[in-house]
Amino acid sequence: MSVQHHNGGNGHGHAHDGHGHHELPFWRKYIFSVDHKMIGIQYGVTALAFLFFGFSLMMLMRWQLAYPGQPLPLLGKLLGETDMPGGVMAPEFYNQLGAMHGTIMVFLGVVPLAVGGFGNFVVPLQIGAPDMAFPRLNMVSYWVFLPGTLIMIASFFVPGGAAQSGWTSYPPLSDITGQGFFSGQTFWLFAMVLIITSSLLGSINFIVTIVQLRAKGLSFWRLPFFVHAQLVTAFLLLLAFPPLEAASVLQIMDRLAGTSFFLPSGLVVSGEPLKIAGGGNPLLWQHLFWFLAHPEVYVLILPAMGIVAEVIANNTRKPLWGYRLLVYSVVFLGFMSFVVWAHHMFMTGMGTTMSTFFQITTMIISIPSVIILTCFIMSLYGGNIRFTTPMLFATAFLPMFAIGGLTGLPLGLTASDIYLHDTFYVIGHFHYVVAPGTLFALFAGVYYWYPKATGRQMNDALGKVHFWLSFIAINFIFMPMFFQGMAGLSRRLYDPTIYAHGRGVQTLNVVISWGAWALAIAQLPFIVNFFMSLKKGARVAENPWHATTLEWAAPSPPGHGNFLTEPVVYREPYEYSVPGKPNDYSPQFRAEA
Amino acid sequence: MSETAIPYMVKPHPVTGIPNGKLGIWLFLASEVMLFGALFSSYVLIRTGMPHWPPEGGLSSEVLNVPLGTFNTAVLITSSITMVLAWASCKMGSLPKFKMWMGATVFLALVFLVVKYFEYSDKFHHEHFPSHDNFYAIYFVLTGLHGLHIVGGIIVNTFLLTAGSKMWQTDPEHFTNRVENAGLYWHFVDLVWIFLFPSLYLL
Repeated sequence: MSVQHHNGGNGHGHAHDGHGHHELPFWRKYIFSVDHKMIGIQYGVTALAFLFFGFSLMMLMRWQLAYPGQPLPLLGKLLGETDMPGGVMAPEFYNQLGAMHGTIMVFLGVVPLAVGGFGNFVVPLQIGAPDMAFPRLNMVSYWVFLPGTLIMIASFFVPGGAAQSGWTSYPPLSDITGQGFFSGQTFWLFAMVLIITSSLLGSINFIVTIVQLRAKGLSFWRLPFFVHAQLVTAFLLLLAFPPLEAASVLQIMDRLAGTSFFLPSGLVVSGEPLKIAGGGNPLLWQHLFWFLAHPEVYVLILPAMGIVAEVIANNTRKPLWGYRLLVYSVVFLGFMSFVVWAHHMFMTGMGTTMSTFFQITTMIISIPSVIILTCFIMSLYGGNIRFTTPMLFATAFLPMFAIGGLTGLPLGLTASDIYLHDTFYVIGHFHYVVAPGTLFALFAGVYYWYPKATGRQMNDALGKVHFWLSFIAINFIFMPMFFQGMAGLSRRLYDPTIYAHGRGVQTLNVVISWGAWALAIAQLPFIVNFFMSLKKGARVAENPWHATTLEWAAPSPPGHGNFLTEPVVYREPYEYSVPGKPNDYSPQFRAEA
Repeated sequence: MSETAIPYMVKPHPVTGIPNGKLGIWLFLASEVMLFGALFSSYVLIRTGMPHWPPEGGLSSEVLNVPLGTFNTAVLITSSITMVLAWASCKMGSLPKFKMWMGATVFLALVFLVVKYFEYSDKFHHEHFPSHDNFYAIYFVLTGLHGLHIVGGIIVNTFLLTAGSKMWQTDPEHFTNRVENAGLYWHFVDLVWIFLFPSLYLL
């Protein structure tokens, strides 16, 4: 940083204009890079890889769920006798897959892609900054995240395998499974501490960048909605993650130092009284965990909403409907997300007063979500819509997120939650929010900003194949889950046919599993497209989508320092189809447009 | 390192009135409040769930060493004062005075840790490990995490005292900002102890 100016006599002729292209050595440019764009791409690619990995774990589980107790052809032999004796999945392995699928998808996939990837790459560009406020801290955040992910993956290979207590790691089970340092659950905890630390560093960086480094003329009411969404997300990360860090430390102490934070007195395990001091409280973990994990839900969805807003405004060629309403809603969502956590705990017997409080806050928080969705739908009205690949994904986000959101209401009401809690209905609900919701929005983001990151367009035909196949397949996966859940099928059963009420909906499990495998095949066009377009995609200039926000003022791909001239902002972010103007878009960065 | 010039690294932003680093440190402290807030809440929840505290009977003030704790409180408060004086010396343009006060801060922090070491080893000597009961579990986790924060502060302050102080020659304003930010962190660590001491030792 600035220190370098003073001892810069190394013959490079430092680029004081902020966009110099003196060549950094390979490891500085691609590995230990301090450039927000490279770090964003690192996060993005890592996260995409983990999304596919986490999805693969689920595809294995889907075999056991569709055909319980039958040997898995081919792969079953490869996975070894411990996990798949005779090609049949062991119950312990099933539990590992379940816990790790959730953990990997949320903490190693969606959050790093939405915040680490898109946030890092897009936010500084959209606010006209040369980089993040603390570039070295940004690098550190990635290099704390990566060891965390590696520890998480390494946990599959320790004795006893990976964590088996679900992605929520509820004690006492999580406290007592596996002993000592080399056990899946301990690795899970250490990995979480690293990943949380990385998120904290990132969130500080985002907030400072957005508050301090906006370009001239870029007031808060001129920020693109994506930046507002990322700002609120950063606050959620900053304030919600430390309690889980504290909880992880306490659970590490329980597992390694023999404390009893989460272990009550008189605990009996396998007929033997546990030799512990006792006096702890398992519900304490649930409170600490959900105090993080409910805001976490909004960490998953807010950046996605931000992407959808950008793509919709750009492809309907009209301003976002209710821009200020959207911003107020997203800020209100952020606040409210801190006071709804115990709606995950209605079944813990925490008392009716508490339940009523959290039921009310949960109903309140649905209001801004509905406002946001309504604004997006109103934005489509009367628009001259271009159905590009990103727009298809963004449009599909609307009904998918609506299904996910509306099916959440019965879970937020104590009376109906008692029946639906921990059934497949819950799985269907949050997957509609996160999979065809958030993930579709993230795919929209990949297709939308790919030209900015690489200077080349992704293939639109392959993109549409990817979209339609994914859209059909994903509904075959999650829609039947609502029916299974209403039939009472519990979410964590190794063999769903052991209960009579599970046998009635077992056919749906076969449908879901084939849906999941079809969804995997539907990703092939995306993978091919992603890599092929790096070399073969059509070259683009700086503004291929005819968009209005600041990132499209920079070259594609932007060089170090991002902008060729210091950007100045003249107007609000979504001035599309302004009457009397020659073009149907008036970029923020043009004085006359 | 990156040669990109980031605005407001040293000079305050005209609207917020502070440079980037200071906003960053305040945000970091906000997250630290949540970290210790969660731990204090856990302490309250576990303690209220017990019929007696400490579980073995007696009073906290009989189990823990109140005179040593009081002494350590005084040590940390004094170190906060020396920290402010170190920053004020920078503001007044005197590096030697800065070094004196910063040296005193680091020294007092080390005194705190040495006292803590004697307290810990006394507990270990009596076989009172974190696993003994939840009183010790809470005590060791809270003071241990606070101790780690002290160690972090010592590392940062020692850096500013030694290699980091070279920046005084090239960019004294930036250096003064760094001292101020380190000071904000140090006052926070001090403040945590001021909550820890009565709630663990006295109540």
